[in-house]
Amino acid sequence: MQHSKTQDTLVGLFVAIGIAALFYMALQISNLGSYSNSDSFTVSARFQNSGGLKVKSPVSVAGVKVGRVSSITLDKESHEAIVEMQIDARYDNLPDDSSASIYTAGLLGEQYISLDPGASDDYLKNKSKIDITSSAIVLEEMIGKFMMNKAEGK
Amino acid sequence: MLELLEQLGKTTRGSFAKLGRATFFLMHTLTGVREILPRPSLLIKQMYSIGVLSFLIIAISGLFVGMVLGLQGYYILSDFGAEESLGLMVAASLVRELGPVVSALLFAGRAGSALTAEIGLMKATEQLSGMEMMAVDPINRIITPRFLAGLISMPLLAAIFSSVGVMGGHMVGVGMLGVDDGAFWAQMQNGIDFNEDIINGVIKSVVFGFVVSWIALFEGYDTIPTSEGVSRATTRTVVNSAFSILGLDFILTALMFGDI
Repeated sequence: MQHSKTQDTLVGLFVAIGIAALFYMALQISNLGSYSNSDSFTVSARFQNSGGLKVKSPVSVAGVKVGRVSSITLDKESHEAIVEMQIDARYDNLPDDSSASIYTAGLLGEQYISLDPGASDDYLKNKSKIDITSSAIVLEEMIGKFMMNKAEGK
Repeated sequence: MLELLEQLGKTTRGSFAKLGRATFFLMHTLTGVREILPRPSLLIKQMYSIGVLSFLIIAISGLFVGMVLGLQGYYILSDFGAEESLGLMVAASLVRELGPVVSALLFAGRAGSALTAEIGLMKATEQLSGMEMMAVDPINRIITPRFLAGLISMPLLAAIFSSVGVMGGHMVGVGMLGVDDGAFWAQMQNGIDFNEDIINGVIKSVVFGFVVSWIALFEGYDTIPTSEGVSRATTRTVVNSAFSILGLDFILTALMFGDI
């Protein structure tokens, strides 16, 4: 029953690998790692309907993810959804007349915000507002309208 | 008829008595923690035979489980044009269920059975009684370090299983089947929540480590001290551990992820 040094080392190695695996899970697999967006600025936009948009939904320009939605609140007076998004500070040259639309990835996929760059020479800054927005497309609404049109056409 | 009732009563009484013994055994084991902490070398030795020696089987099984998930997931998801969700599927199933459950089952087979056989044989060869004669508490000296080692090793092994599994899924999905690397990780990180998924998975594996070590050590300690008794106790360890793991997994999942 002598106490061996190799055993100590192997146990140490085992514990180290185990803890490394826990960190790997935390940082690489879960969303904990992507919180570290230290350099970002906040932009807000108003939508008639934010559909199935959620906090942490992606914000993209031309299909490239540039940030994520940080909060969705309801404006009590106008009853519009105010969506705040955090844009990575690397993308500080988006024109301030860009428009924001809510799209769905695939037919049944997640909803995300797509920014279409405008032509202005001024850029979006922290706390700036996006004025041109188009709401989420709600599938039931569209089907309803389509049915109504069909019925009226007859 | 009366005999049948008598038999039933006897079985019930027997199982309750066993449960009671197991509870006292657990209490006694836990009070031994105080005596083990100043002597970590006992713990290190058990960590070696329980944790380090289980490492290889856990890592290799994790790799293959992850690779199979990658393959199967890809074939299903590509029907819906959602190959990019492969990362999320692999990681969610590993972190939430397969990591804790499969590694606990392997742990019960690899380490639990060995523990039962070891303790059972100690009892059969009267080493435990011998220790008592020397005024050494066999539970504190023998059982507690093994219990603690199992409790500590299990979450680490489950974490290794899940991590290696995700790497295996990545290897198959991105390396062989051509899923986009960025989308694989991005979907995974979007979908897996640290508190809800990772922490709950770790809690599960701690519970499984507790239960498997308890069952294995108690079955060994409570064995009939013959070679047949030890072999039966070892079998019971694996069977009871598997039942407990799967049953507890259902309850824990319902509590953690269901809206019950």
